[in-house]
Amino acid sequence: MKTAIIQRIVLGFVLLIAVIVLNFLLLQLAPGDVVDAMLAEGGGGDPALAAKLRASYGLDQPVYIQLFKYLGQVLSGDLGYSFYYDDSVSDLILGHLPTTLMLTLSALVLAVAVGTLFGVYAAIKPRGIFSNFVTVFSLLGYATPVFWLGMIILLVFALYLPIFPAFGIRSIPEPENSLDRILDVINHLVLPIFTLAILYLANYSRISRASMLDVLGADYIRTARTKGLSEFKVIFKHALRNAALPVVTLAGLQLGHIFSGAVLVETVFSLPGLGPLLYESIMRRDYPVILGVLFGAAATTIVANIITDLVYKRMDPRIQSIT
Amino acid sequence: MKNDIAHNASPFSFEEAVPEPEVKWRETLRVFCQNRMALLGLIMVSIFIFVGLLGPIIFPADPFEMVAAPLSEPGAGALFGSDYMGRDVFIGIIYGTRPTLVIATTATLMTVLIGITLGAVAGFYGGMIDNVLMRITEFFQVLPPLVFAMVIVAVFSTDIVVVILAIAVTTWTAEARLTRAEFLKIKEREYVMSARAIGARNFRLIARVILPNAMPPLVIAITLRVGITIIYEAALSFLGLTDPDVMTWGKMIGLSRDFFFDAWWSVTFPGVAILLIVLCIALIGDGLNDAFNPKLRGR
Repeated sequence: MKTAIIQRIVLGFVLLIAVIVLNFLLLQLAPGDVVDAMLAEGGGGDPALAAKLRASYGLDQPVYIQLFKYLGQVLSGDLGYSFYYDDSVSDLILGHLPTTLMLTLSALVLAVAVGTLFGVYAAIKPRGIFSNFVTVFSLLGYATPVFWLGMIILLVFALYLPIFPAFGIRSIPEPENSLDRILDVINHLVLPIFTLAILYLANYSRISRASMLDVLGADYIRTARTKGLSEFKVIFKHALRNAALPVVTLAGLQLGHIFSGAVLVETVFSLPGLGPLLYESIMRRDYPVILGVLFGAAATTIVANIITDLVYKRMDPRIQSIT
Repeated sequence: MKNDIAHNASPFSFEEAVPEPEVKWRETLRVFCQNRMALLGLIMVSIFIFVGLLGPIIFPADPFEMVAAPLSEPGAGALFGSDYMGRDVFIGIIYGTRPTLVIATTATLMTVLIGITLGAVAGFYGGMIDNVLMRITEFFQVLPPLVFAMVIVAVFSTDIVVVILAIAVTTWTAEARLTRAEFLKIKEREYVMSARAIGARNFRLIARVILPNAMPPLVIAITLRVGITIIYEAALSFLGLTDPDVMTWGKMIGLSRDFFFDAWWSVTFPGVAILLIVLCIALIGDGLNDAFNPKLRGR
């Protein structure tokens, strides 16, 4: 068990380095660099100035030297310095991280909790109205583009029924006392969280419904019932334990990919999260920031995968190999 | 002549020994056709394909041309209204159908080709090859697909070909894993062993014996993948990461992002188009699922 975990962590580490190298080379292959983008913004290109700028950013050195330099930097915990913002990449990421985390984690937790309940309830009466509702709902969830859903929700709950604020994460001017300020942020986050959660929810209710239906047909459930256990105990203590495995898998996968949904939702709701930061950096060819965000995304996925494996093993001791 | 004799002399005639496929395609088709929702989906998707093929001929227009007053409401002049530049939303949807379908099908095809090839090789050979291929798969799973695709398109080019490649390169891992799992399961079956025993070569075993029997779950996954790809492409277009000369549904929504409080129709209708076609594809996928697994019907 212990060696397996260590093996897993080492593998994750190797994977992370491979990702850094790939991203770095990918950006090297791209036509144009930050100096081109900067000079284009200024309107003209003076070759002497371009050469001077490249030298000052270390862009005039051979690729492999730049790569080794970057690798060494990252491994010592330094993600470099943004070409555009007057700030270090780690500070930029840490500054934008709270919004993204608040948005995605609350949406994920909400979706897992409510989705599992939906699925369980639907599986108890597989031909009932609620079960059909879950089926239709999950179909719609699969088919709806998240950015469009966000805009429709904005139209309904911010324009026609002005209950929630439409854009940003803070009111201007900001409320005076700190409690009001927290409530203000929450108020701004309700719609984005709701948007993301609805789509996740569709997924979780479908998966937990299917796996619950599977489990409820198993022999040990009949045994539990014939023992005279209450239906509540049968479902929540016996069945759900096994039915929850696919839910855990999906949650782990999504925990690693929280960025993808966040990019779109944050763009629609104009939230100052990592999504817009990445998007703007891509447009400006601000490579250190792009590399930094991709590094963060990859690291999140790898850690999430390891955690999922560990949780999975705890829940189902039959699973031996975790690689 | 010589070959003929050798062939006839062989005690085991190879062609005759090909095992009956487990999948009964005709039965599956029959069950599928009894599923009304799936047929409805199929008909709707056919209509979309029809619009994609003939729409630009029936409504000759330029989707980028300004034909109405900006932000005019849906009505007589423009059926679905006009956007902030006075472009006709209806014409945009008609003209957006073809690129949407072309990108979705080609990107899905590439995704599936990469995924099935790698998954099949990994599952069939096992051992070291499997190990290496699975590490590569893991590597591609580590980066969030949409983010990865954004970087590729933005950094290289917004050409349609690059968009298709970016989608394929970032999404093939699911198909690879699925194919591998199926191959691991099926390669132990008796008919595979008997095909091997009579001397079928590896390529034949992979392509003619195992793959046809691995198809049912793959067909369902591929169908659903088309829908996912449509949404994925729409997301890239929404962010402006697509060919500037091509009108797509996602781009219509993205362009109107700053003005949609004044013109709900400019984002609602293109979104409904996306929702509708993906929903219909999902219905087809569900129908296929029921048809391949009659026991699981209603799940």
